[in-house]
Amino acid sequence: MSKQTLRRALCAALLLPAAAFSYAAPAAAPLNIGFVYVSPIGDAGWTTQHDIARKELEKNLAGKVTTKYVENVPEGADAERVIRDLVQQGSKMVITTSFGYMNPTLKVAKQFPGVKFIHLTGYKTAPNVATANARFYEARYLAGVLAGKMSKSHTAGYVGAFPIPEVLQGINAFTLGMRSVDPKAVVKVIWVNSWFDPGKERDAAITLMGQGADVVTHHTDSTAIVQAAQEKGKYAISYHSDMKKFGPKAQLAAVTHHWGQYYTAQAKAVLDGTWKSTSTWGGIKDGMVKLEAINPAVPADVQKLVQTREKEIVAGTLSPFTGPLKDNEGKVRLEKGNMTDEGLNKMDYFVEGVAGKVGK
Amino acid sequence: MDSLAPLIAAAINAGTPLMLAALGLLINEKSGVVNLGAEGMMLVAAIVGFAVTINTGSVTLGFLAGAAASMLLSGFFAWMTIWLGTNQYATGLALALFGGGVSTYIGIDYVGSSLQNGKFGIPYLQDIPFLGVALFRQHPMAYLALLLCGAIAWFLYRTRAGLVLRAVGESPSSAHALGYNVRRIRLFAVLFGGACCGLAGAFLALVYTPLWVEGMVAGRGWIALALTTFATWRPARVLGGAYLFGGVTILTFHAQALGVPVASQLLSMLPYLAAIFVLVLISRNANYIKLNMPASLGKHFNPGG
Repeated sequence: MSKQTLRRALCAALLLPAAAFSYAAPAAAPLNIGFVYVSPIGDAGWTTQHDIARKELEKNLAGKVTTKYVENVPEGADAERVIRDLVQQGSKMVITTSFGYMNPTLKVAKQFPGVKFIHLTGYKTAPNVATANARFYEARYLAGVLAGKMSKSHTAGYVGAFPIPEVLQGINAFTLGMRSVDPKAVVKVIWVNSWFDPGKERDAAITLMGQGADVVTHHTDSTAIVQAAQEKGKYAISYHSDMKKFGPKAQLAAVTHHWGQYYTAQAKAVLDGTWKSTSTWGGIKDGMVKLEAINPAVPADVQKLVQTREKEIVAGTLSPFTGPLKDNEGKVRLEKGNMTDEGLNKMDYFVEGVAGKVGK
Repeated sequence: MDSLAPLIAAAINAGTPLMLAALGLLINEKSGVVNLGAEGMMLVAAIVGFAVTINTGSVTLGFLAGAAASMLLSGFFAWMTIWLGTNQYATGLALALFGGGVSTYIGIDYVGSSLQNGKFGIPYLQDIPFLGVALFRQHPMAYLALLLCGAIAWFLYRTRAGLVLRAVGESPSSAHALGYNVRRIRLFAVLFGGACCGLAGAFLALVYTPLWVEGMVAGRGWIALALTTFATWRPARVLGGAYLFGGVTILTFHAQALGVPVASQLLSMLPYLAAIFVLVLISRNANYIKLNMPASLGKHFNPGG
């Protein structure tokens, strides 16, 4: 009896201040965070990774945040309407996850100075707009090391969407990684001029395999390349998401994106009132990019080598782009030292070892 | 040379859906009806075929369901244009847009799922060096499309029914005067066109990619429509045109991987340029097109008046 009374008293003691607090400060209502996705969430791909991050954020800050999302939002005028709708529905923080949302985000941000915005992969910030991107090329370098060790034909195939710096960084880092373990290695590139056209991506991958590539990878958004490699009995390195189930034998590893930690930190800063507009460009060290799901068929010593290189990248003793660095026409692009972020952002060439020319 | 055989195989694979759709549209147009809704029908067939295969595990059922769904749409089109006398071009365009929208809606739950294709091959023939890889390891539908091409050529020019169909397309009033039911014959032709577009759409989702994504037909319906004109309504030329288009697409990938120093954007224009080039060559002889083009194409026929 006395025990129960004690428990009740304790409960009351615990609950009272909480109740008082919630009445006194309505700001303690959960922070509503809106997400704008460029494609349907799907099973694998760019948007899938953002949705995984959204769920991670909800879990990490359970009770303090609520989230909502709008998927398949075209870049352009429609995006502006969607972003404004989210704010008007009570989102105090909006995360827009595609490059083409840059201007719509800035426009809406101007109208709602009290709301915080995060725009992914863009380069324009504002007092209430932060940007974030990831150093995908770091994991690409590791993927290249893996490909170099696993390729028997010394040839890898790379299906690219468009010849822009972000994609070129990936191709070049992959090539440098591959040639760091196999100086004879060659990387062949096919541009499909589309982020998402499974038919073309597949044809491109099959063409590359037909020309001797026994490892293929891609900077496009579908699972077609991993599937094609599985069918042809070759290896593939997936991008964006782990695509093991689309090619269990083919997938050597996956270069994946992880935004959960970053989103959690940003939401926390908003909750604490310490949020500031920042430009983040995080890599493996920050947990934003990973080479994961390494196939068990990869020999232990190769796995170990990749791990060692990964540790070196995290420690800062290894950087994929270090001089002297020549492009594939023999011109020296970097005399010595590590490449600056500016140099990375202006990359418009293939490094030595890539076959072909950058289409310009 | 090692890379030539897979190149030929890939060209055939890329040309097959174009050929299937274009052959259907050829019969469709030979009866005097032009259906611009091909893109929409292919999209609907792609998602219906894909959904059925995912749920039943049977690719054959997927093809049948895709063809049936597309036939249903073309039946609706036939009712509108042949019986109600609506404008064929406007109705076809509406069908193309409708198909795009409705396929996206049906497909919401299927984005991201995918099928795993087995290996195909004709026993013994597939082991011939070079030719085996180049020709004899295609999906059965690729051979069916070839058979269909032969069957249509035979039907159009060697059978009485084919003659009647052509007569309906050339001069519906004469065919009507001879006692043929023009509307019914046109209905069958449109339904056949729908079924073929359905097979082509299902091929894209079940064999070519093989997955579903919004708008995945990516203009191939329009290319098939152009192909029938470009082939001056001759089945053998449809075959050549489809493989040429597929071949040039694949060739541009090869050129890139081999490091040919041409901008990729320019290369991706090549298939279209090739098509336009051949079209110009053919249309230098205006009589030839006139001779082959169904005279009543796009015109409504009213048996009462």
